[in-house]
Amino acid sequence: MMPHIWCEGCGNGIILNCYVRALRDLGIDINKVVTVSGIGCIGRISGYTNTDSYHTTHGRAIAFATGVKLAKPELKVVVISGDGDLFAIGGNHFIHAARRNVDIQVICANNFNYGMTGGQYGPTTPLEAWTTTTPYGNIEHPFNLVHLAAASGAVYVARWTTLHVRRLTECIKKALQKEGFSFIEVISPCPEIYGRYNKMRTGIDMMNWFRKASEVQNYSDPAKAEITPERIVIGEFVDIEKPSFGRLLQDMTAKVQERMREEK
Amino acid sequence: MQGDIACAEGAIAAGCRFFAGYPITPATEIAERMARRLPEVGGVYVQMEDELASMAAVIGASYAGVKSMTATSGPGFSLMVENIGLAFMTETPCVIVNVMRGGPSTGQPTKSGQQDVMQAKWGSHGDYEIIALAPSSVQEAFDLTVQAFNLSETYRTPVVVLADEIVGHMWERVTIPKADEIRVVNRKKPQVSPSEYAPFRPDEDLVPPMACFGEGYRFYATGLTHDESGLPRTSSAEAQQKLVQRLCDKIRKNADKIIKTEGTMLEDAEVAVVAYGITSRSALSAVRKAREAGIKAGLLRLVTLWPFPTKQVSQVAKKVDAIVVLEMNYGQIVREVERAAKETPVIFLPKLGEEPHKPSEVLWGVRGALQ
Repeated sequence: MMPHIWCEGCGNGIILNCYVRALRDLGIDINKVVTVSGIGCIGRISGYTNTDSYHTTHGRAIAFATGVKLAKPELKVVVISGDGDLFAIGGNHFIHAARRNVDIQVICANNFNYGMTGGQYGPTTPLEAWTTTTPYGNIEHPFNLVHLAAASGAVYVARWTTLHVRRLTECIKKALQKEGFSFIEVISPCPEIYGRYNKMRTGIDMMNWFRKASEVQNYSDPAKAEITPERIVIGEFVDIEKPSFGRLLQDMTAKVQERMREEK
Repeated sequence: MQGDIACAEGAIAAGCRFFAGYPITPATEIAERMARRLPEVGGVYVQMEDELASMAAVIGASYAGVKSMTATSGPGFSLMVENIGLAFMTETPCVIVNVMRGGPSTGQPTKSGQQDVMQAKWGSHGDYEIIALAPSSVQEAFDLTVQAFNLSETYRTPVVVLADEIVGHMWERVTIPKADEIRVVNRKKPQVSPSEYAPFRPDEDLVPPMACFGEGYRFYATGLTHDESGLPRTSSAEAQQKLVQRLCDKIRKNADKIIKTEGTMLEDAEVAVVAYGITSRSALSAVRKAREAGIKAGLLRLVTLWPFPTKQVSQVAKKVDAIVVLEMNYGQIVREVERAAKETPVIFLPKLGEEPHKPSEVLWGVRGALQ
């Protein structure tokens, strides 16, 4: 498995580290954990975890995970994938899984571009940023992922950068213990591709941006959680209780079977 | 019972306990039946946001150890082929029902067609083999759905039931056997410890035993080219050749066990009609009429469409003077028949639109073939 395929300065190793630590700290039986990923650099993460794991087609990780969780509710099902995978090609699956409140945890590595294909712009690329397909600067408005997740119905929403490893690990632990659809966005450095084109050539340059710009605003309005060169609003934004799809399904099934017994 | 409902009941009888789908005419009745029936038997029905998601969820549920299916029609099937490729690559037992309507594009949603036959075989990218079965009656909608699950579990592969709108929507008498009289096959499980388990190491039949999520094997599966351990081998020509060949050979080398055809009055036939699905009903009627008129006609009904019954068609072709092929499309399976028939002339009767061929039209074709 090792060495891994990720570039020097990439944030994916940090995310993997935080995820594995969260599982260890909680003492979760790793025989009952399924790690699901989509396509892209972070998509390869499922190959580095010693859990059951599955590397799906581009954009379909959440839909696959929905099938796993509903078929075998005792499993912990975690999706770890990228911003392009989860929010461009897979955007529809994200909003509907959040709406349904499927009991899965989604961790998104947001590196602002399609790294694996060499740095094209995506749904999170900031305005004016340079990528190989925005050679005159990006003219598309990016998604605010935490706002999208909150509006779609997620019960737990947080955003950290790969600089904030302790808080990120704590939030993954929190998400793993929540019932329902939880979402954690991790702003992750891509110095080899995105950084190179945007005046942050090393991992340190990108981490310095995170350090200078990050501003913890716990439980602030996710609609205002901006990401600009000057300011990256991070923290926990949503932590609410709502019955999960799985629980409602279980209740309904129990009622149907009860009725059948009465009819007999 | 209606064809779509018989299909749903066949799935439940085969042990299907997970359905993910998206409403589409003329397959919606399957989803509706499953939504009502699955909770009664402790299963799960989920209506996904589209057919891309439906197929992905079906694969997920199957990897979680639950027999799973979806049902759709042409436009939805077009979206599903992406993950049918993934199901093939990761050797996922699952069943996809395509109740065919008229295409291309939105086409004729409420009218019958047999226009997705080649798509079922070639729809996803890359080399792959599919198993596809074509029911011609409501009874067969039940029986072949059971069979589809059994084949998918036996060979760890997606299986397509290629029904059509008429079979899906017509009402006929169905005999549902008692549960203990229905043959149900379950995927073979690993006989080794987790540390010795390689998720894609095949047995002699080329099929690897399947561990499922949560059983302690902690394995990895990917749509990337992989070795027997499941790990990606994206740069190895040898790994690509070994994997793709085995996945295809798993079906090709077991074709004799998979393929089912039905011959009627073929023993002394001078002309053979080849048909499948609803058109085989017209064909049978036409063959009987031909016999009454003193014409030695017979019928070869293709129950299995993929892998294509090349051997069976060839054997018939050797004995007859001509073959007549009926399809509710503008020429699909006929190409396979021509390939198998070799020197024997093949006359094709296409039919587009609502109705299958009238027996009189088939008879006209049969007479023409003998001239």
